Amino acid sequence: MKNEVVIKTEQLTKRFGDFIATNAISFEVYAGEIFGFLGANGAGKTTAMRMLCGLSVPSSGAATIAGCDVYKEPERLKKSIGYMSQKFSLYEDLTVSENLEFFGGIYGMSRNQIKAKADRVLKQLGLDVDKDKLVGSLPLGWKQKLAFSVAVFHDPKIVFLDEPTGGVDPITRRQFWDLIYEAAGRGITVFVTTHYMDEAEYCNRISMMVDGVIKALDTPDNLKRQFNASSMDEVFFELARGAKRSAD
Amino acid sequence: MKQFLSFVRKEFYHVFRDRKTMLLLFGMPIAQILLFGFALTNEIKNTKIVVCDYAHDPMSEQVIAKLEASKSFDVVKQLMSATEIEAAFKADNIKLAIVFPNQLYQELNHNNKATIQIIADGSDPNTATTVTNYATSIIQSYMRDKFPQPDLLQINTEVRMIYNPELKGTTNFVPGVMALVLMLISVLMTSVSIVKEKESGTMEVLLVSPFSALMVVISKAVPYLVLSFVNLIVILLLSVFLLDLPINGSLPLIVFESLLLIITALSLGLMISNITNSQQEAMIVSLMGMLLPVMIFTGFMFPIENMPKPLQVISNIVPSKWYYTIIKAVMIKGVGFASVWKETLVLLGMTLFLLVISIKKFKTRLG
Repeated sequence: MKNEVVIKTEQLTKRFGDFIATNAISFEVYAGEIFGFLGANGAGKTTAMRMLCGLSVPSSGAATIAGCDVYKEPERLKKSIGYMSQKFSLYEDLTVSENLEFFGGIYGMSRNQIKAKADRVLKQLGLDVDKDKLVGSLPLGWKQKLAFSVAVFHDPKIVFLDEPTGGVDPITRRQFWDLIYEAAGRGITVFVTTHYMDEAEYCNRISMMVDGVIKALDTPDNLKRQFNASSMDEVFFELARGAKRSAD
Repeated sequence: MKQFLSFVRKEFYHVFRDRKTMLLLFGMPIAQILLFGFALTNEIKNTKIVVCDYAHDPMSEQVIAKLEASKSFDVVKQLMSATEIEAAFKADNIKLAIVFPNQLYQELNHNNKATIQIIADGSDPNTATTVTNYATSIIQSYMRDKFPQPDLLQINTEVRMIYNPELKGTTNFVPGVMALVLMLISVLMTSVSIVKEKESGTMEVLLVSPFSALMVVISKAVPYLVLSFVNLIVILLLSVFLLDLPINGSLPLIVFESLLLIITALSLGLMISNITNSQQEAMIVSLMGMLLPVMIFTGFMFPIENMPKPLQVISNIVPSKWYYTIIKAVMIKGVGFASVWKETLVLLGMTLFLLVISIKKFKTRLG
């Protein structure tokens, strides 16, 4: 399983004027993997992720996702990916079920498919009693879990999560990761950015970005060994210490 | 198609669940129509006047009766002496005083000429002019009835206001309010609803989905097109049944021209959503950018012909001006497409231009 490459970037670069947000990054992600994309604020994580989702066009370089060239076949690519943005991104004035119906609808799912899927998701999240509540009235943790379920609702090959657990309490974070594992178990490749080093430990492999370049890429255990560190915190510290860009 | 319907349904949820949007959407046209129709009127109704009759002959009495019989005037007092006139103006909110000279009838018979004095409150020049004209025309019509064949040759002018014989203010205002409401509502709604998606982060999610950017624009536009259309019908119903304004021209033509204006406004809203990033910003740009130009340059508040030349030129780029010209002609004069095709062409050109630009801009922003 580890051999099938689902994300492959080659020298992916994004410049904003003189500023190089991501500088020639190249890496591969394998099918079914949970790939952690780490870095300090301003390191270029979000820019890289936006390029991978087709929200932003790279200045140079190429990326292939699920066998599609991201910039030449964007429409074909879109069906195979899911995305959860940094901002909470459901419609607060729609109910839980209406949100699921809407996102299922724009991914072209049939009414029956949506209904069956929604029932399962609501049960899994324990939201079936609240399905007619407006999303705006739910606590943040619930919203985040729901947003993740929406991002994988159409069973994409790959899901991109941009700091999905920001501002969420540790218990909900743990539950969130259970959802991630469950999705990975279904064969969905998970590409996740995070600031939490304990979360980094949950990933199969992680990459560390510093000042727009990938400084390290390996499994958490290998990285700890390589930097002679006891925790990911130390690894991160070791790598990010030389960073020139400060928090944005 | 299914994707599109899901989107449109979502848009309607947004509109119907937000009380403020609903209020703006349906409250504004009704408020505007009532405001312009009833409050901002330049008609003269039951204007209070006083008379000072020194003649007390059948002639002066007949004229006074005639003044009183008209809907325009209400004779509140008969003064004994002209010295009381100023006090009446100051105390009783009088707009006009009419003084009949001693021996009016004899004078007219002997000299073929007599003078009736009309004194108006010049502190409000517009009203003064209008009421003076009304009073003069009443007196003249009395004279014509009384002396059908004047002894001397004389030229009488007979003024007739066609299309709007009663000089009703609403005749002018309704097409103006239609232009104003359709412009404001459509621009505001579209820009705010698109910017809302940007603000909440849902726009990114939409753009990552297989739903194309063009479809996002179309699915945003369609619900607001429908709602603006409902608005149009509300305004038309109000003006016909509440303001007694007839629709003399063809209804389908009015609807077609209104659709053009709505699409223009939707494109403008789309453009505004491209350059703004928050709902407040979009609202301010929409209101500030639309309200004043539309009010000033549409022509229903201030006649464009009276403006300085540069402003007249500028007024040509305001779409609602063309719409107003068309609707006034079709609705009130009852003309057909043959008379307004030039204006329609201009409006159509503007619509297409704005539509293409705004869609293009929307697409490049995603790249």
